[in-house]
Amino acid sequence: MTLLKLFLSFLQIGAFSFGGGYAAMPLIQSQVVDLHNWLTVGEFTDLVTIAEMTPGPIAVNAATFVGTRIAGLPGALIATAGCILPSCIFVTTLAFIYMRYRKLSLLQGILGSLRPAVVAMIANAGLTILISAFFVSGTASFVLSNIQFRYIAYFAAAMVLLRKVKMNPIKVMVLCGVFEVVWSVGAELLARL
Amino acid sequence: MEKKKSEVLKKLFLSTLYLSTFTFGGGYVIVTLMKDKFVDQLHWIDEEEMLDLIAIAQSSPGAVAVNGAIVVGYKLGGLPGVLVATLGAIIPPMVILSLVSLFYQAFRTNFFVNAMLSGMKAGVGAVIASVVYDMGGNVVKTKSVLSVLIMLASFVACYFFHVNVVLIIVAVACIGAVRTLVTEKRKGEKA
Repeated sequence: MTLLKLFLSFLQIGAFSFGGGYAAMPLIQSQVVDLHNWLTVGEFTDLVTIAEMTPGPIAVNAATFVGTRIAGLPGALIATAGCILPSCIFVTTLAFIYMRYRKLSLLQGILGSLRPAVVAMIANAGLTILISAFFVSGTASFVLSNIQFRYIAYFAAAMVLLRKVKMNPIKVMVLCGVFEVVWSVGAELLARL
Repeated sequence: MEKKKSEVLKKLFLSTLYLSTFTFGGGYVIVTLMKDKFVDQLHWIDEEEMLDLIAIAQSSPGAVAVNGAIVVGYKLGGLPGVLVATLGAIIPPMVILSLVSLFYQAFRTNFFVNAMLSGMKAGVGAVIASVVYDMGGNVVKTKSVLSVLIMLASFVACYFFHVNVVLIIVAVACIGAVRTLVTEKRKGEKA
């Protein structure tokens, strides 16, 4: 019974969260906290923090977290399955239509217009991440003391590695992380001297 | 030219597994990495097609990262491809999240974890910026005023006005449909 409830609840989360990421958050909260009392508000905040620090979509993270809490490993599996099932059906259907009819001029015209919009959405995601890296958290005003120049230097170095050296993007990302660890350790040691 | 199906599926699974492990910061990061892997490195999908696939992932319900894996999986390996790519995309977050929630308190306050994650943000931003530069350049190269306008207007709507992306996709799709119908009609009149 609990497993079925879990499945149906995450099925709804999967089916009605458009736009991904943070758009899914209020939906998850209403199902998990308000409707079923599976998590307290405090636990939900913890979940959001964990989801931000770990890879993967928040809906999948929430499904694993809540599922494990309520019914162990089977719970995690069932909740995750519920959460991705609508995606599987919807996306596969659209992909099928695309492969079959993309030669039609009407669909061609629609897709041709959508491509620049998709580039814009990717740009939006990138800029949001960069702003949160460049400015002290919570501020985005151009006050000198709020700007974290170190991260701008990382960004510039990463751009050179990507475009001139043609380094693998994942290696570039990890390298930036390692550099910040080294920097923080160094700063900590200096402060103790 | 025809690659062995089991080879493709294996590579698809390993790629999505690997990429999904590093998808910090939302679905567009994995989509960007997928473009790098399948378009630029393996040449299994061309760039225009990749943008179409991203549009499909974006306009469907659910997480963009999972949708992206599904649509690329379908394109490369049909239904078995969907299965394999989806598993690849969800196994890393499931495993990592289970581990982290066990050691949550220690993890959240860990000095090294926090430094690593904030440093990686700058790298992730650079990866996305680089891809946008290439893709945006290709849009400008088409010399279509309407395409460039759509790109700028979508960005403004997205970034400054936080318009829901589904609405943007629907609106742009309508513009595309109208444009096609108008040009077809003109062609018809001339003939």
